[in-house]
Amino acid sequence: MWRDAALVAGKDLRIEGRSRVGLSQVAPFGIVALVLFAFALGPDRQIMAKGAPGLFWVAVLFCTVLAVQRSVSVESADGARDGLRLSGIDPAGLFLGKSIAVAAQLVVLEAVLAVGVVLLYGARIEVPWLIVVSCLLGTVGLAATGTLYGALSAGIRVRETLLPLLLLPIVAPVLLAGTKIWQAAMSGGTPSDGTQWLRLLVIFDAVYVAVGVILFGPIQETA
Amino acid sequence: MASVAPPPSAVSLRGAVALSGRFPLLAGVDLEVAVGETVLVEGPNGAGKTSLLRVCAGLIPLSSGRLSVLGLDPVRRRTAVRRRVGLLSHASHLYDDLTVEENVRFAVRASGGEVVRIAPACARWGLTGRLARTSASKLSAGQRRRVALAVLTARWPEVWLLDEPHAGLDASARMLLDEAIAEASASQVTILIASHESGTVEGLADRAVTVTGGRISAERLLGVPPTAEATTTTGAVAHVA
Repeated sequence: MWRDAALVAGKDLRIEGRSRVGLSQVAPFGIVALVLFAFALGPDRQIMAKGAPGLFWVAVLFCTVLAVQRSVSVESADGARDGLRLSGIDPAGLFLGKSIAVAAQLVVLEAVLAVGVVLLYGARIEVPWLIVVSCLLGTVGLAATGTLYGALSAGIRVRETLLPLLLLPIVAPVLLAGTKIWQAAMSGGTPSDGTQWLRLLVIFDAVYVAVGVILFGPIQETA
Repeated sequence: MASVAPPPSAVSLRGAVALSGRFPLLAGVDLEVAVGETVLVEGPNGAGKTSLLRVCAGLIPLSSGRLSVLGLDPVRRRTAVRRRVGLLSHASHLYDDLTVEENVRFAVRASGGEVVRIAPACARWGLTGRLARTSASKLSAGQRRRVALAVLTARWPEVWLLDEPHAGLDASARMLLDEAIAEASASQVTILIASHESGTVEGLADRAVTVTGGRISAERLLGVPPTAEATTTTGAVAHVA
């Protein structure tokens, strides 16, 4: 399983490295979203700083949808998905591999967006480790759910519009927990204010990684 | 009187029905293909040739009937069956952002094949030097086909399912393909070839079955002198040595 996961993750990251869709399109899209949020909130930096945690995670969710769609479309061209099915690759390994590749891209995007939030909104991070841990845990959940729902929508002709509709409500707990943790890390709150939300993220991650490992094969065969 | 055990079946379909929605792709196919046999699957467009091969590869599930490949159920033993079966389809299954060599390497490693076979397979299909380092997006249709064939020959599975294998290939590649099929056949690989170009393929096959309307409507032995008796019954294994 892990051999297949490493193989698939390596392949997807190599493709991403060549096409640079993440860096040249998804990251700029996230920055544009942050700038537009700033326009919508007005010039008051206090309001912007207060809204920064939620806006950061909304931008991350939008970028996740794009990253997952890219991950799905890579397998849609030239019957590549059939090629993967025919290879007899372990479906759990395939799920983990694609999730790892999406997660790696999301980590980079989150770093870019976090810098954007600090620069654009004047957000002050007072408990950095809480930010880092929340991003890592949130990334695992987003990558796992995204890969799972990406596979569900893969065989559907209208997947580009269906995927956000399926995915965004499911990842609402990540948005909620991530925002609360960031608020705790930025507003001078104590780390303990955020740790209960970290627990929610851990449970979310564990559930969706387990569901993906178990169900990715059947989903892939029927989608 | 000593009884002769029938040769083992590599592919066995019994009353196989496959549907796409409510449209029947296969409407009750009975077919036995012996280990090492080469069978030409012929028929008009839309007859069900491609569907038959995709069913044998386990890509299309049966609605009713039975299928076994190399004695295994392709649904219950999906991974085991797929690692022993190769399908050359209309699509090449290539990633445009990877090079030729990277595509072959990934496909072979994903299917559990031996990495040492990659270089000889690429060389066999002329995928060496600069071409091996070329991005798949820059390849012609014929070159993409060669890459798919390189994957197949590097993997060298026990069952080859070839869907219009000569399509898009130039004369030299067609010759290489015929050589590869002959070599595979000689090494007891079981081969099903779906083709419109019956004339090209007949010389390579032991038997031809005609698919019409999702059923096997006719069957004939190939490579048998006209004077010899060459009769088969539907479902019987016919292996011409």
